[in-house]
Amino acid sequence: MIYLQLFLSFLQIGLFSFGGGYAAMPLIQEQVTQVHPWLSMAEFTDLITISQMTPGPIAVNGATFIGIKMAGIPGALVATFGCILPSCVIVMVIAKLYLKYRNMSILQGVLNTLRPAVVAMIASAGISILISAFWGSDGVISLSGTQWSMVAIFIGALVLLQKTNLNPILVMALAGVAKTVLHLAFGL
Amino acid sequence: MENRKNVLKKLFFSTLYLSAFTFGGGYVIVTLMQKKFVDQYHWIDKDEMLDLVAIAQSAPGAIAVNGAIVVGYKLAGFIGAVVAIIATILPPFVVISMISFIYAIIRDNIIVSQMLEGMQAGVGAVIMAVVYEMARGIHYGKNPASAVICIGALVVCLCGVSVIYVVIACIIIGLIRTCVFGRKESKEK
Repeated sequence: MIYLQLFLSFLQIGLFSFGGGYAAMPLIQEQVTQVHPWLSMAEFTDLITISQMTPGPIAVNGATFIGIKMAGIPGALVATFGCILPSCVIVMVIAKLYLKYRNMSILQGVLNTLRPAVVAMIASAGISILISAFWGSDGVISLSGTQWSMVAIFIGALVLLQKTNLNPILVMALAGVAKTVLHLAFGL
Repeated sequence: MENRKNVLKKLFFSTLYLSAFTFGGGYVIVTLMQKKFVDQYHWIDKDEMLDLVAIAQSAPGAIAVNGAIVVGYKLAGFIGAVVAIIATILPPFVVISMISFIYAIIRDNIIVSQMLEGMQAGVGAVIMAVVYEMARGIHYGKNPASAVICIGALVVCLCGVSVIYVVIACIIIGLIRTCVFGRKESKEK
């Protein structure tokens, strides 16, 4: 029964991918290329590429893509539901506890410690994205290998965000347009 | 706060909009949510938003989905969470369904690939701007340990340690700090 298999596979992916995003990738690979023969390795690589080009978390994208391939739209629905179900239950339970007990001093102490770390985690994700943007995805950092056009776009975007009240989504789109123009006009 | 129906409607459309235009992973959507719900609508205060991000972060699953659940739940309970989830997964669901059919054509398009590359730099800038705002919001004066934790966590994260360990370590440090230094406040319980 393909629907049940899709549901259970993506339920596991949703349940065990801590840390979001790329943490889910090896789990998806194991489930859809090894446990079940749903995708070849080449198709899996295509799935990752599609996920990078489109909005949405990689696990949800994967659930939709594989669900459609194996069992059409109903398959995609079942797989997506399986993948978000663990999140729904666990996050809502934690949120309920948080809203109820957040004034307790012990929880306050924990949250005060956690807040700066959360800022650091977000900063770290931003830095990883920038390293890949400036030096390519293989992560070799060198002065000669720097894509200066990307550095310039980053600085431009940062100035726009700080000095004007421009919508961040618009700033991102402008960055994309700027890169396209630079490439077509100057071959950068 | 505004009436419930209005909140749900705004929640649905802002989450839908954020999800549809967010490329580049969960943290981007979390930072955009902060801009929308903290800075624009003033529905959630800054500290609380960081707590909600920590919850989204420490539970398994995609951060964008977890973030939507926790914000939706905080604003309008169970119904709010359901509304936010649907709005979050609808755009990738529709886009991926369509793309599975035309993937080969757009993969090799030079304009598409250049757009996507440039957007990486834009995404990085958005994250850095929000991080700067968030880092300023933490009260260092009252608590110098915050700066140490922030820098320590950044170094550890950049070295590739899984964030789940960072969260667990912070919970333990927080518990110890409260038990050792926070006795006088514990009557609140």
